[in-house]
Amino acid sequence: MMIFASCIILFLIGLYAIVTKRNLIKIAIGFAFIEYAINLLFALIGFKRDAIAPIITSLDAPHNFVDPIPQALVLTAIVIALGTTALMLTVILRIYNRFKTFDIAEIKKLKG
Amino acid sequence: MSFIPLFFALPLVSAFFIPILGKIYRPLVWIVSTVVSFILFILALYGTAVTQEIPMIVYKMGNWPPPLGIVMAFDSFSALMVLVISIIVFSGSLFSLRYMSHYTGQWKFYTLYMLITAGMMGVSITGDLFNMFVFLEIAAISSYALVAFGVDAEELEASFKYMVMGEIGGLTFLLTIALIYAKTSTLNLADISNSLQMIRGSTFFWTILGMLLFAFSIKAALVPFHSWLPDAHPAAPAPISSLLSGIFIKVLGLYTTARIVFNVFGLSRATDPLFFNILVGLGLLSIAFAGLTALNQGDYKRLLGFSSVSQIGYIMLGLGIGNYYGVAGALFFILAHALGKGLLFLTSGSVVHATGTRDLKKLAGLGERMSTTAWSFRFGALSLIGIPPLVGFFAKFFIIIGAAQAGFLWIAIVAILLSILTLAYLLKIENSVFMKKGKIEAKAAPFTMRIAMVFLVVLIVVIGIGFQPVMDFIVGPAAHALLKGLEYSHLVFSSFTMNF
Amino acid sequence: MKGMSLIVKSITNIAVGFIFIYGIYIVLHGHLTPGGGFAGGVIIAGAFILKFLAFGSAIKAERQSSTITSTFESIGGLLFIGIALMGLVITGTFFLNFLPKGIQLHLLSAGIIPFCNIAIGIKVCAGLFAIFLALAAVKYSMED
Repeated sequence: MMIFASCIILFLIGLYAIVTKRNLIKIAIGFAFIEYAINLLFALIGFKRDAIAPIITSLDAPHNFVDPIPQALVLTAIVIALGTTALMLTVILRIYNRFKTFDIAEIKKLKG
Repeated sequence: MSFIPLFFALPLVSAFFIPILGKIYRPLVWIVSTVVSFILFILALYGTAVTQEIPMIVYKMGNWPPPLGIVMAFDSFSALMVLVISIIVFSGSLFSLRYMSHYTGQWKFYTLYMLITAGMMGVSITGDLFNMFVFLEIAAISSYALVAFGVDAEELEASFKYMVMGEIGGLTFLLTIALIYAKTSTLNLADISNSLQMIRGSTFFWTILGMLLFAFSIKAALVPFHSWLPDAHPAAPAPISSLLSGIFIKVLGLYTTARIVFNVFGLSRATDPLFFNILVGLGLLSIAFAGLTALNQGDYKRLLGFSSVSQIGYIMLGLGIGNYYGVAGALFFILAHALGKGLLFLTSGSVVHATGTRDLKKLAGLGERMSTTAWSFRFGALSLIGIPPLVGFFAKFFIIIGAAQAGFLWIAIVAILLSILTLAYLLKIENSVFMKKGKIEAKAAPFTMRIAMVFLVVLIVVIGIGFQPVMDFIVGPAAHALLKGLEYSHLVFSSFTMNF
Repeated sequence: MKGMSLIVKSITNIAVGFIFIYGIYIVLHGHLTPGGGFAGGVIIAGAFILKFLAFGSAIKAERQSSTITSTFESIGGLLFIGIALMGLVITGTFFLNFLPKGIQLHLLSAGIIPFCNIAIGIKVCAGLFAIFLALAAVKYSMED
């Protein structure tokens, strides 16, 4: 139960960073925190007591494995987060190129 | 039956081919994009014909049976969405030939265009929850890049704001998938539906439903989560705006909501009237708030963006009413709004291509010089306001009949009154752009752009006059597929599955 | 982009070969040990990025590299979806595992999975290197 609390704390830290910080890079780091929290939650869901990693090393080994499906889901989620983070950082760099600042309050050219 | 994976495999193959082709011979990329979207249109018509006899086609990927493997569950609702997607993608691709000729790096545009098509097609036909998330993120990331295409200051800011809000929605969806997997140990939509019926009405059930509704409302741009749309849609190039407003927000927001609420969670107006009243309330809030804000906008595309938020409210209203005519009217309105709003954004692109500005105060007197554009705008606007015999009238008419049948007479009257708002702000564009006397530099629209607009006008008129067969064969079965609710899971597991 | 000192350049010349071989090992044994296409692709991209960072390069070489990289990325993607479509053409099921499964726990077993891993490895390596080049190009245009 305490382990799941750590996921929630990471998620809330990330959400706090996205909502309140003014620096664009800090907003991107907030997204990274939220993705860590969700991946950690996935990996913890598949855990079983006294089970081993789901790799078949020889054909007559005992077969009580940890659930392998969340591990595949985490792999896919990491790749998607990679794509999003890369795109976000490129847009932030181009904003810096154009506006010469990282502050989100200075780049409000569009109205409400 | 093996045409089903082609819906997303064909755009993916062309998306990977286009960078290589773009270096060999530049005009080839546009030909590839248009030909592929036309083939998808033919396949969508074939799919609609097949689902007349077989209520659901289940395609097992890699021959793994459900619930072990990923399945594609293609029923009439999926057929309707695939048809609408292919129509708008084809007309946008035709339009892009001359419109994108001012931008550099055109092969990047067409690659992203094919990727967003593949993503939307995949969301519509999949029967697996995580597969839906992957395709949703493919489409969303491509749309973030397409909004920022052209790297002006305004586009970068709009794209960043859109990216932050869109990703919060996507990550909430992923969190919900983790919680659903923890409770039910499966990712197949039909299997989840069976497991959720055992814990129906518990706190977990309603919390998960609330989080999913939050995530999809951000993608669908319902009030109060709509603030990214009026910045992102004007900043994007015109064929992308028509794609985004026309189908993207509907596939990623409303198709997913309808599928989850009706088929996976198994709710209906008879059993949970309070939840459906909340949906009706959300719909009315969007129609009123966005419609009123659209009245005092001074930018052509920004006004159309607020109008999109308002019309999405109509579709949510229809889904919330929950009986046959309400849901069928909502689905018919998905088709009508895609054709109408897609056409209106294409006309805005034609105006920008000719004059170089979107400011309503500066535009004037284009009615005589750009007659195809002006008449296309008039047909699209009349359809959205709801004038018979164009297609928009029948869609709104069915929603109003549904409201009256369910006893919500006051909603029917409010919906008719709010239709007058639509008339008001579309009339504002008509006056400022096409009727006002004035002098501004303009040339007539190029041939392919005119063909794309006329194609949509023809479809609006034909589907409007022939609404009865469209209702019986395409929209009606889709509404029935939704209202059948839990029978979705029986159909996926039953012996109707075909795979060879 | 300036390079680094002489010590870094000499060590990089030795280390890049080892990192590259290690990445290829992870990709090829994806069906036997943890790792597979994605993790191996990231390691191979690390080898290329290390060489780029240590030696520095002029912007003209960056433009050339980005053309070759995007071609490799397309080849990787086409290979993967070509394998999936070959399943459709030969047997009528998309993505079917149609090659013979072989003896278990040997290197050439498990049907199409090693080839899918190789395709993903190529695509991920090219993709990560292209992201690095894009970020470096933006930094370059800021310095002038």
